[in-house]
Amino acid sequence: MKYVIIGNGIASIGAIEGIRKVDAASEILVIGAEDSPAYGRPLISYLLAGKIGPDRLALRPAEFYEKSNVTLKLGTTVTAIDTEAKTVTTDAGETIGYENLLIATGGIPFTPPIPGADGPDVYNFTNLAHAQTLISKAREIKRAVVIGGGLIGLKAGESLFDRGVEVTILELSPRILSLAFDENAASLAGGRLAEVGLAVRCGVSAKEIQRDSAGNLKGVHLTDGDFLQTDVVVIAIGVVPNYGLAKESGLEVDRGIKVDDHMRASAPGVFAAGDVAQARDLLYGDDRVIPIWTNAYNQGFCAGKNMAGADVRFLGSLAMNSISFYGLPTISVGMVNPPEDDASYEVTAVLDEKKKSYRKLVFQDDHLVGYVLVGDIDMAGMYTAFVKFQMPIPEEARRQLVAGEPDVLMWPDDFFQETWNPGTPE
Amino acid sequence: MKRVYPDKEYCIGCHLCELACITAHSASKDLIIAYRDERAASGLSPCKRVFEKGDTCVAISCRHCDEPSCVAACISGGLHKDPETGRTVYDRDKCVGCWSCLMACPYGAIRRHPIENKIVKCDLCEGRAEGPACVQACPNAALKYEER
Amino acid sequence: MLFQPVNKNYHEFCIDRDPDLCISCKVCVRQCSYQAHFFDEARQKVVHDNTKCIGCHRCEALCPTAALNIRNKPSDFRTNKLWRPVFLQNIYKQADTGGVLLAGMGSPVDIPVYWDRMLLDASQVTNPSIDPLREPMELKTFLGAKPRKISVENDKNGKPSLKTKLSPQIELEVPIMFAAMSFGAINFNLHQAMARAATETGVVYNTGEGGLHKSLYKYGRNTIVQVASGRFGVHLDYLKAGVGIEIKVGQGAKPGIGGHLPGEKINDKVSETRMVPIGSDAISPAPHHDIYSIEDLLQLIFALKEASEYKVPVAVKIAAVHNVAAIASGIVRAGADIVTIDGMRGGTGAAPAMIRDNVGIPIELALAQVDQRLRDEGIRNQASIVAAGGIRCSADVVKAIALGADAVYIGTATLIAVGCTICGRCYTGKCPWGIATNDPKLSKRQNPDIAAKKLTNLIHAWGHEIEEMLGGMGLNSIESLRGNRDKLRGVGLSDTELDILGIKHAGR
Repeated sequence: MKYVIIGNGIASIGAIEGIRKVDAASEILVIGAEDSPAYGRPLISYLLAGKIGPDRLALRPAEFYEKSNVTLKLGTTVTAIDTEAKTVTTDAGETIGYENLLIATGGIPFTPPIPGADGPDVYNFTNLAHAQTLISKAREIKRAVVIGGGLIGLKAGESLFDRGVEVTILELSPRILSLAFDENAASLAGGRLAEVGLAVRCGVSAKEIQRDSAGNLKGVHLTDGDFLQTDVVVIAIGVVPNYGLAKESGLEVDRGIKVDDHMRASAPGVFAAGDVAQARDLLYGDDRVIPIWTNAYNQGFCAGKNMAGADVRFLGSLAMNSISFYGLPTISVGMVNPPEDDASYEVTAVLDEKKKSYRKLVFQDDHLVGYVLVGDIDMAGMYTAFVKFQMPIPEEARRQLVAGEPDVLMWPDDFFQETWNPGTPE
Repeated sequence: MKRVYPDKEYCIGCHLCELACITAHSASKDLIIAYRDERAASGLSPCKRVFEKGDTCVAISCRHCDEPSCVAACISGGLHKDPETGRTVYDRDKCVGCWSCLMACPYGAIRRHPIENKIVKCDLCEGRAEGPACVQACPNAALKYEER
Repeated sequence: MLFQPVNKNYHEFCIDRDPDLCISCKVCVRQCSYQAHFFDEARQKVVHDNTKCIGCHRCEALCPTAALNIRNKPSDFRTNKLWRPVFLQNIYKQADTGGVLLAGMGSPVDIPVYWDRMLLDASQVTNPSIDPLREPMELKTFLGAKPRKISVENDKNGKPSLKTKLSPQIELEVPIMFAAMSFGAINFNLHQAMARAATETGVVYNTGEGGLHKSLYKYGRNTIVQVASGRFGVHLDYLKAGVGIEIKVGQGAKPGIGGHLPGEKINDKVSETRMVPIGSDAISPAPHHDIYSIEDLLQLIFALKEASEYKVPVAVKIAAVHNVAAIASGIVRAGADIVTIDGMRGGTGAAPAMIRDNVGIPIELALAQVDQRLRDEGIRNQASIVAAGGIRCSADVVKAIALGADAVYIGTATLIAVGCTICGRCYTGKCPWGIATNDPKLSKRQNPDIAAKKLTNLIHAWGHEIEEMLGGMGLNSIESLRGNRDKLRGVGLSDTELDILGIKHAGR
């Protein structure tokens, strides 16, 4: 087989589209552990919330795989990779040879050891099966506790709340969304959730999950001594790279599968992309695991092209999140919480609590390296341009950015011309 | 593929492209009805954005990039690249309004629909015999629809 | 109007806005450089101030719903054949300002337009007419001195060749040229458009007195460079850049008057080209301070010929004034290869209204007299005659050539082709059509791609029409029409007028 892809998420889709940019014909085999064609993983919160039906989950039109000459082997787990023989073995006992292999196995939920966690009614919320379980569960329960006040936790909480469940979200750190957002943005988002009726408790976590003698879930003991009655617990603390298979196969692994600037792993013909890979970060320049949707696609796309024989460097991952809380949109891109002791960063922030609008820009030297927008997000892409293209920002332009008026005419003339109106004389 | 190329040297900032755009994308196909009624009633809004800075202005819209950031960012499958036409295609029914594309597109070419949880993005006036309405309406040939 | 001088209500135009059609889209607001349209926050709609309207029709032209109609203000003063409204308004204006009345474009006053009083002939039965679509038709014209006679010599094989040494000539595919409009008075985009259109159609354009921008030197084969009293932008490379040099002595719209390009119009490009500082007024004196006689003019002509190594013809342009024929004779005797006569209806970027409307004579009369005088003196061959000032259509061109012109200049028609509505406010620098302005926000309204195409179309269209008219007269070459006044007849003209024009009355 010319191309074998392990995993059927967005990195896999990126890879297929990347391969097809270069190689229109050779067969591609995708081996996915889940049962459905690639779906929009973040959509599971929309599904759980009842905003969309299962028919809207698919990432690509039904004919995509056929048109792209892709064979799907779903519900199948790869159990071993032999990088010498260039084969993979599946749980069905099948051994498949590959010329180019992409490992895009994504992440698995991180579950801390909480006493009482083993047993029924403790769930994760990272895949379609979890969502389906929670949908059927939601019909019969009254209360839920979500452990984790990050993006997944909040979306899980919001979605269950939309199903009529009383929700309490627990966040160990002093505020929600501590990774992707800063305090102001988090407080606007938290405020919006509280306004709607979700309970968000920061600075506490679950100490123990209480069960009765029959093992039925009763509630959660908190670190501050409180006890919350609940029917289900959703653990949504985060995901960790799913690199077990790669590690066992002898591929070099650090926090994720190590890849070079062409997304190549440490064995010939083997690539990795997405949440499982540790790849170059655009802003920091070092290799990191950045489990972000867009990066997964881009890495897959880059890997796919290289698998098909192109010579394309991965430009680097850029952390970015867009998420709405009951109609309050929030966006964060790049570096949003610069280290306070580093004087090279300069932060400007404009907060309007009444309008629920917030704009924070993080500059380093004369570059924009990150931003947060809450509420008024319409110009987000224009800010992204400055981060992504690392354009120098003169004083006047900076004033305009800070005032919330970024535009394409601030771009350097050559770059503007090349981007928007290439190939014109003079 | 043919794309719309804006020329900031000769964009006169008249915004006729925006009016043409909403007319072409309206139900009535009538500028007056589209502008007066459909904008308010259904949130009809243009795919174009006119930027002005000093004496310079330019009307931009989706570039239909070869390797679009919006498609990479789309969580719903609502945006994809049509391998045959090369266009970046938007499927309104699939869009969930997560604004990931709006964040990812460094060209600022995606806007929020003012009423619905959907995006507004240039479709190059697909199916319109005369080609993109904005190009046809531009009185100063500052928008060109051509192969480059 | 509240807070305005009382005579502000005697404004010239009314903006009619159809409320059923106006959608308050603000296109008019953005187009009007006089702020006649504005968005009224209180009323939440676009409204207008009639007193500010200059009647350029830009808003009307671009209104996407055709909601606007600009018309003359109907309210009039008591009918008075002597004290017509224009005089009252001018007096009010001057009583307010104490200033000279300025005007732009050509004179709008009601003096006879002889083009309209002359009719062309056509062949019937004898000397059959020619269909230019089927048979060859020659519009090619050469401007420059022609030899009195030519001699031919044969080489030893008997092959003939021209022995006479010919003077340099300007070759035109169509006997129409884009008139002198300086870079500064009109903007770079239009200069480029004229250069490109002239190149495309095989004619020439005249730089006017503002010099030639360095990026336009490549169009030199279709350029006449002008030397005027201000000597702006004149240097050796400039003199050698074109296919002809024109000494501008006078301008039809403002005979006896110099020029004044306000400092606001002098931007970096204009400054570089004119060789004057940015923002400083560029003043062309009324006379050339080195020309006080025909002998002085001769010196300048030959200085320019020397400078350009006798490779290009030198033209002298004068306004049509009372003694135009005698002056033209002197010019030809001074060595000019081309005499350009600019009639009183010629355009201008700025002129005192009194001068524009009261000084000079119509081109038709001047042209006929100059041609006749040069013939009478036997020097007609020594120079070509170019007529300018109020040529409106191809029939005017044909009539001018029949009256004795070799070619014509079109200036106003050139500007109309690119949108000008002759609103006459060229001197304000706020031309809403982006023509008589160097304001970057306005001048970009003239995309040279479009403008060049329109000018090219105009020349082609007039060329076709000229061929049709020639064919109808049974002529297959523009040469056969030149000075052929038998092809013209006057209507409603006095004997004196017919005599001056050198034509018979219709019916004769």
